[in-house]
Amino acid sequence: MTLLEERLKRGGPVSPHLQVYNMFALTSFLSILHRIFGAALFVGTLLFAYWIIAAAAGPAAYDTAMSFLGSWFGYLLIFGWSFALFYHMCNGIRHMLWDTGRILSLPEIYSSGYVMVGCALTLTVVAWVLGLSL
Amino acid sequence: MVQFALPRNSRVKPGKTHKAPAGAKNVKEFHIYRYDPDKKSNPTLDIFEVDLDGIGPMVLDALIKIKDEMDPTLTFRRSCREGICGSCAMCIDGLNTLSCLKPIADIKGPVKIYPLPHLEVVKDLVPDLTHLYAQYRAIEPWMKTSSAMPKRERLQSPEDRDKLDGLWECILCFCCATSCPSYWWNSHRYLGPAILLQAARWVHDSRDEALGERLDDLEDPFKLYRCHTILNCTKACPKGLNPAKAIADLKILVMERAY
Repeated sequence: MTLLEERLKRGGPVSPHLQVYNMFALTSFLSILHRIFGAALFVGTLLFAYWIIAAAAGPAAYDTAMSFLGSWFGYLLIFGWSFALFYHMCNGIRHMLWDTGRILSLPEIYSSGYVMVGCALTLTVVAWVLGLSL
Repeated sequence: MVQFALPRNSRVKPGKTHKAPAGAKNVKEFHIYRYDPDKKSNPTLDIFEVDLDGIGPMVLDALIKIKDEMDPTLTFRRSCREGICGSCAMCIDGLNTLSCLKPIADIKGPVKIYPLPHLEVVKDLVPDLTHLYAQYRAIEPWMKTSSAMPKRERLQSPEDRDKLDGLWECILCFCCATSCPSYWWNSHRYLGPAILLQAARWVHDSRDEALGERLDDLEDPFKLYRCHTILNCTKACPKGLNPAKAIADLKILVMERAY
């Protein structure tokens, strides 16, 4: 019997992975967020496109769109979408630096992670302050 | 393939509790994954109350005490007890590391110990590493030359030798490979951080004459490019090496030669 056959016959369990590994370590946590926000941006962009189309279609369509997007829940969605956008952009820059072989030591991975989240939050706040005051 | 939940036969059930001897003062709980291939039942999580007085400071010291004094059937790999053999790699407190290098005092609350993640379990904390060794074999981890055999050793300048630092020290404990979610889902075709770091060790060796062949072999959507820079590998490495950097450098080499 080959090793492989012996192994298949034995059929041991799969050791726990997601269930026991610390996925909240900065490394995996920011990576998972990047994926989730990427998917959220896809949906959010559809909503954004609907808003612009409504604006182009005339006052009645725009009022309908704003009755939803202008509500607190609509604002929440747009706020989430804007943070996801800035997060994805800032972390995308981090990814590009990694692809050039830079900032890959463990201390740099951590410091760039914190800087990236800080930049994304700042850009989101700045965008909203500008957006609401204009 | 991505499979978030464990298969039915792999779900961990509550296990036995082994009490500390009466009068023990310095007691710490160890929650340890148990699986016995001779029983046809699911793995369990056993609780051991270990008296830490009189033993060494590392998690491995506690495991050895459990095996000696509480339950001789507890099965784990260990050899050098000083971080050079790579045998006692396991998932401790949610992070893969060598139990001989992990101080018990670093862990708040109960010490949770599981085998290296997403591998087939042979028994208790012993996972089957056959597939990882097969992948190691696949990158041909030896010097390949086509030039005539020299009369003496193949020489290397100190500068060229320096390029191997951070690569040769790898002890193949596979803490990094099994910390990588991409390796969990794609290990059938993705080589994973440990094997790619080893591939880099031969790619950067000035004496090796098969660079093109090695890069050809790595240039594959799965073997190399399933690395998504999650960077759990670099965080996990108990030797302080940087598999993520080694992989990034391989990607750069593969790309550069195209231009």
